[in-house]
Amino acid sequence: MKAEALLSPRPEGLYCAPGDFYVDPVRTVERALITHGHSDHARSGHQAVLATRQTLDIMRIRYGEDFCGQEQTADLRKTLDVNGVTVTFHPAGHVLGSAQIAIEKDGMRIVVSGDYKRSVDPTCEPFEPVPCDVFITEATFGLPVFHHPDPEAEIGKLLKSLETFPERSHLVGAYALGKAQRVIALLRKHGYDRPIYIHGALAKLCDYYESQDVDLGELLPATVDKSARDDYRGAVIVCPPSSFADRWARRFADPISAFASGWMLIRQRARQRGVELPLVISDHVDWPELTDTIRDVGPGEVWVTHGREEALVRWCELEGIPARPLHLVGYEDEGD
Amino acid sequence: MKAFSRLLDRLTLTPQRNAKLRLMVDYFAETPDPDRGYALAALTGTLEIRHVKPALLRDLVLERMDDTLFRYSYDYVGDLAETISLVWESPEDGEIYEPSLSDVIGELNGVGRSDVHTHVRSLLDRLDTSGRYAFIKLATGGLRIGVSARLAKQALALMGDVDVTEIETLWHGLDVPYESLFAWLDGKGDKPELTTPAVFHSVMLAHPVAESDLEKLDPADYLAEWKWDGIRVQLSSDGAHRKLYSRSGDDISGSFPDILEAVDFEGVVDGELLIGGTARTNSPTLTFSDLQQRLNRKTVTKKHLSDYPAFIRAYDLLFFKDRDIRKAPLDDRRARLFDLVEKAARDRFDLSPLVEFDSWEHLDRLRKNPHDPVIEGVMMKRRDSAYQAGRVKGPWFKWKRDPHIIDAVMMYAQRGHGKRSSYYSDFTFGVWTGDQGAEMLVPVGKAYFGFTDAELEILDRFVRNNTVERFGPVRAVRAEPETGFVLEVAFEGIARSKRHKSGVAMRFPRISRLRQDKLPAEADRLDTLTAMIDARS
Repeated sequence: MKAEALLSPRPEGLYCAPGDFYVDPVRTVERALITHGHSDHARSGHQAVLATRQTLDIMRIRYGEDFCGQEQTADLRKTLDVNGVTVTFHPAGHVLGSAQIAIEKDGMRIVVSGDYKRSVDPTCEPFEPVPCDVFITEATFGLPVFHHPDPEAEIGKLLKSLETFPERSHLVGAYALGKAQRVIALLRKHGYDRPIYIHGALAKLCDYYESQDVDLGELLPATVDKSARDDYRGAVIVCPPSSFADRWARRFADPISAFASGWMLIRQRARQRGVELPLVISDHVDWPELTDTIRDVGPGEVWVTHGREEALVRWCELEGIPARPLHLVGYEDEGD
Repeated sequence: MKAFSRLLDRLTLTPQRNAKLRLMVDYFAETPDPDRGYALAALTGTLEIRHVKPALLRDLVLERMDDTLFRYSYDYVGDLAETISLVWESPEDGEIYEPSLSDVIGELNGVGRSDVHTHVRSLLDRLDTSGRYAFIKLATGGLRIGVSARLAKQALALMGDVDVTEIETLWHGLDVPYESLFAWLDGKGDKPELTTPAVFHSVMLAHPVAESDLEKLDPADYLAEWKWDGIRVQLSSDGAHRKLYSRSGDDISGSFPDILEAVDFEGVVDGELLIGGTARTNSPTLTFSDLQQRLNRKTVTKKHLSDYPAFIRAYDLLFFKDRDIRKAPLDDRRARLFDLVEKAARDRFDLSPLVEFDSWEHLDRLRKNPHDPVIEGVMMKRRDSAYQAGRVKGPWFKWKRDPHIIDAVMMYAQRGHGKRSSYYSDFTFGVWTGDQGAEMLVPVGKAYFGFTDAELEILDRFVRNNTVERFGPVRAVRAEPETGFVLEVAFEGIARSKRHKSGVAMRFPRISRLRQDKLPAEADRLDTLTAMIDARS
């Protein structure tokens, strides 16, 4: 079977014609296979959804009980049959529950990796390379400039700043699913044992992570209660990045704004957002991880979904690997 | 190098002055000699390091990297030093020994011309990303971190619990890497002795005068001078060594060879640096925007020297030859200054003239109607005052001309930093231009202070409720003849500017009042502003 006959891009998303399903569709469809719970990949309103248990739970938390018509759980590494197409979910190391999806028929195997990373993350299962004919990858950080530093060293920067400015609140912007919990877990790993305050938007997901045995230590709500104002001095407060600009941020004493994101590698990005303490912690592969992954997987061909595809396609060309961009729309380039 | 590059990274992103000071104090306290001394030199602009050309760096990168991929990377990042620091891949079996800042400087300054390539490559291999960035910025001369030499000296003062004027006085007698200075600040050594001549002496500053002050002062005790709109300088000469310093002690001799060449006296003169001709040559004094053509230039062209000739309007003498006369009364110092200026080059030095007055009311009238547009008020100095470093209240006062005021319309707002990061606190404002019926707003300036905290709440609420468009951190707000927010803007001066769409640039604009009682249609027109410029020239 030809790869294009098994899987091809449509306005709704990647479509598998023989199996009649979509992967991470951006519009509502009959049958969707979902790689992970980020809102640009997992949308509500599909008829049937197949995903890992944790991804389904996360969708329920975000969208409510009726997030889809019917759900089916995919166990990791267990083969399923969807209308005669073989489907297997493998860990992607992106966020809790995230998976790559291997799609196979008549000797042709395509792996849709979704979003993934290779660096250490105590909050989810690590990425496993799956040999395949076509490897479909994102290229969010697909430029040779992206060499993300060791996340542990980045957490060290935050701890150092807490020492230098012990009276100032440290506001750490981090996306609600995955990054926030990873930052908290990293702080705990470094022996930071004071309570960590969290924005209301993070509460449910943090609770869910804890229910899945990810230990986040003592978390307190960052409420407006006047008596708590002094507690925020020198405290770490984790919040969605957009809340820096909200009136919400006014309750803190002389805050320092930190932002945990792969984009913080670029100084101008930090400056534009008014970030004083950039923490380069990414849930996506950086350039060396991306190119190493392609070497590990050893695919016959590479398709690039979103991000900075031109540089990755150029690299594949230099390596003698056929590659092409899919020009999929609807996925956030900026989210990390 | 790691500590230094981390410090730079934090300083560039830290807006608050106090936080910058804290970061520097911590660094100086934790970093050993001679690294902290080299860092201090880098921050204050006294570091000497071999210049590396960007082309050489680009060649080195392309030895290891596909040029198409490099081009994509550079296009994305936009800054060569940053791109190279990020794309550089060190060999995996390379040395793991991380060079210190002094190693980096020593290595670069020590190699011969033909070895520069090899050493720069090897340094880039041994440094981490931040270290590479700092190194490239140092070596290409593009280090900009928003820290003035004065602020770095403030940090030293804080660290050693001494007065910053002590450091300024010592400063030009010290050499990189400042080991004796740090030993003194650490409490492990004596205060360094001043040995080099032509050093900087901290300047005496004036207090703004208030109505209530005047009642208590006797006009007979004071002399008055015009306050000229140039920059305060100190000229220090022992005959062989001549230096020109800004009021904060930065050595600006390099930008003003015309003045230094004309010095044929010994002494330390306090005065205003201006552009144009001296009163002694009967030529007019030019404006501050002319002076800006000469400031912060590494090289001065002949054209600059002839189009914008510089001179000093002297008003005080600190040293008469090599004798310190700062304790002598002002009247005596001025008498000596008079003699000195009389003999000095006519086209480069004149004496700041006295303003004759018999009462404060009289002086007030003179202040409001100066005879020269380059005058921005009057100075009042006690005739018997000694020359004391710093801002002492009583002996010297400044009485500025009232600021210009216009009504403008808020057009854009941007979030502030630190405490103000959740407030829209930086405002771009505009005035009307165009024919009747086809009027439009043109931005004329930006201001982020002048209002109270309570007023900021009002401004912020207006921005949030009236946003029409967003551009990253900037919001465009409703600004129509009948709907919008009128701001009263006060400013010190105005000049023509080619860089601004409106063609005008204000000096020191701030928001003086919120005019919620006015409609945007009632705000000023651009013609009003251009008329202010024409009135001055």
